[in-house]
Amino acid sequence: MSRERDPGMSLIVKTITRLTVGLILLFGIYLLLHGHLTPGGGFAGGVIIALSLVHVMLAFGKDKAFEVLSVSGAKALEGIGALLFLAVALLGLAWGAFFLNFVPKGEVFELFSAGTIPVSNIAIACKVGAGLFSIFVALVIMKHEPTEKE
Amino acid sequence: MIHNDLIPLMVGVPLAGAFLNALLGRKLKGVPDLLGILCTMGTLFLGFVMLRLVNAHHVLLFEVGNWPPPIGIAMVVDGLTVFMLLTVNLIAFLVVLYSTNYMSRYTQKWQFYSLFMLMLAGMNGVIVTGDIFNLFVYLEIAAVASYALVAFGTERQELEAAFKYAVMGSLGSMFVLLGVVWMYAHTSTLNMADMAMVLRDGGSGEIVLLASVLFLVGFGLKAALVPFHAWLPDAHPSAPAPISAMLSGVLIKALGVYAICRLFYSVFGITWELSTILLTLGTVSMCVGVLLALKQWDMKRLLAYSSISQVGYIMIGIGIGTPLGILAALFHLFNHSVFKSLLFLGSGAVEYATGTRDLRKMGGLARRMPLTAGTSMAGSMSLAGIPPFAGFWSKLLIVVAAVQAGLYGYAIIAIVASILTLAYVMKMMRYGFLGNLPERLKGIKDVPAMMKLSMSLLALICIAGGLLLLPQVRELFLTDASKTFKAGTELAFRIMSEVR
Amino acid sequence: MAVYVLCMVLFCVGIYAVVSKRNLIRIIIGIMISENAVNLFFIATAYRIGGRSPIFSPLTDVQNMVDPLPHALVLTAIVIGLATTALMVALAMRLHEKYGTFDIAQIRELRG
Repeated sequence: MSRERDPGMSLIVKTITRLTVGLILLFGIYLLLHGHLTPGGGFAGGVIIALSLVHVMLAFGKDKAFEVLSVSGAKALEGIGALLFLAVALLGLAWGAFFLNFVPKGEVFELFSAGTIPVSNIAIACKVGAGLFSIFVALVIMKHEPTEKE
Repeated sequence: MIHNDLIPLMVGVPLAGAFLNALLGRKLKGVPDLLGILCTMGTLFLGFVMLRLVNAHHVLLFEVGNWPPPIGIAMVVDGLTVFMLLTVNLIAFLVVLYSTNYMSRYTQKWQFYSLFMLMLAGMNGVIVTGDIFNLFVYLEIAAVASYALVAFGTERQELEAAFKYAVMGSLGSMFVLLGVVWMYAHTSTLNMADMAMVLRDGGSGEIVLLASVLFLVGFGLKAALVPFHAWLPDAHPSAPAPISAMLSGVLIKALGVYAICRLFYSVFGITWELSTILLTLGTVSMCVGVLLALKQWDMKRLLAYSSISQVGYIMIGIGIGTPLGILAALFHLFNHSVFKSLLFLGSGAVEYATGTRDLRKMGGLARRMPLTAGTSMAGSMSLAGIPPFAGFWSKLLIVVAAVQAGLYGYAIIAIVASILTLAYVMKMMRYGFLGNLPERLKGIKDVPAMMKLSMSLLALICIAGGLLLLPQVRELFLTDASKTFKAGTELAFRIMSEVR
Repeated sequence: MAVYVLCMVLFCVGIYAVVSKRNLIRIIIGIMISENAVNLFFIATAYRIGGRSPIFSPLTDVQNMVDPLPHALVLTAIVIGLATTALMVALAMRLHEKYGTFDIAQIRELRG
């Protein structure tokens, strides 16, 4: 059970995590993609996606989690998400208004509908997911590496 | 009144700057400085464009996502807004110029610029938005960025001050949110213009009073009016100098004073009780700030207390409520932004060169750092209200307005506070820049070029600021802004009639 | 009515914790309690008697929904609260690193 030999938690936790983490991720993606149809959306989806990463980190230790998404990767993803969201908003300006929904809206209750809203949702999910993951990492890792700046 | 597509760029440009910085700034060395300068220059330019438009059309309106205002979020630019926009972005631009050199001694400049741009976006957002919940969101963006910026040095004192500031700031935001909730529950609308219309058609006095108190506490915390000022003397000195300049120069005004003005004049409609409260808070802030400033030995702490006292002057002008009083208050707001940023940048320059902020350990710096001393002198004279400088005219106008309105007591207190201001300014100059140079500081040099440039520009504005009162210039800049106050809730009527 | 009063009581509990506690973490918890009290209050004001959840679907009619706007706004407020809390926790951890304590009575270098 020593931490040096085997980072992460016990075998039971690891097995369960291996089984569930994909489902959690899938649920997050579902919430994200159906955000314009049912309750959910970018923020909720992003949080759940981040939780799946946090889950991996708790069960297997930080190295395994960083294989999936490194800190610099998370930061980049955060920036990209924010810029994508801003780009959608500013592109609307080219069509006449900030945040204008300039894509054809399609049918209600279809997956591919609602114009720019799914794109904005994906952007928010990138930002929120990566952001929450980096907050978690910053709060957990900070104790071990006191010299590193946030 | 016309529709204008440029307004969202006031928020969009700094936001883009912040995120691009976070994405690119880590790897490429020159990018943060360049992006910072470009973005602030861009917003300043947009501010001037809007000034021209407002002079021609008086009110600019923008509907986010083409939803008409009571439903969608509206952005409104009128005289007061454009005045604040120009003040904020002018100071931001000069502060960024200064930080290009000053922030080199901190690692990770890109974080600084990202947070700085976020703060600027938040402030611009607070100023342009016409939606009360949106105002809360922008307020929080600016506030959270400023908490992080105060803690930027991550030393003991910075962290302590930032924590204090974060706790007090969150409490303030919570009160604002509670006020928003009450107003939404009462009027069923979030659009400020629509809200003013609903309230004019008959609102319950008690709920408006409750919301007024909540907003006053919330924004009073942000503006550091006296019963709520405890965080400011810790937070402002602990931040890096450019941030102190931003916080003291514009943040407390954009988040505090401007929001109070906007809500109480354009939404609730000013009443006798409210203006009395503003007058009282202003007077108390003015006196307490000036008295506490007198006994400080830390240069930046002295300036922070002085900010409290000067915000008191602005609130008095706004509380008087006559056209002259408003004009004077706005003029003083602009002047205070300029000279307080200048003084904080000057104290930053002194700290940069000597490594200390304690006035007792300095002296004779005028010989070693002539430009810093000269510009700080200009700022101090403006702060103390010595005749040719801009600060004199605005203080004079406030006193004259008080006398004209028959508030002799306030006028006398303002004059006495002004004399005490002169006293602490003299103390700062005497111990800091004049007198004998200590042995330890013989080898110091003046600061790098960009810092000099920025301070010189601010000093020029300080000296030439009085020109803003010339009739032709005043028409362009100040009169339109004070008309907003006179129009009061009429503004809402004009916006909503345009929409319907 | 009782719900509103309870929200206000909760708000006061949070404020009390902020004002009277000496532990940094407890202060943060107090702020979170107050914040959530405001959010709850906002949600409570949205309720209409007999109203149903404001989800638009082919099976329900649009009549008699509770006000959906506060839900969206509260979501925003929660996100902001999350950011503030994360920042404050990070600050508290840094403070603990520097001072070795969470007690605000011992963290007082700034005064005057």
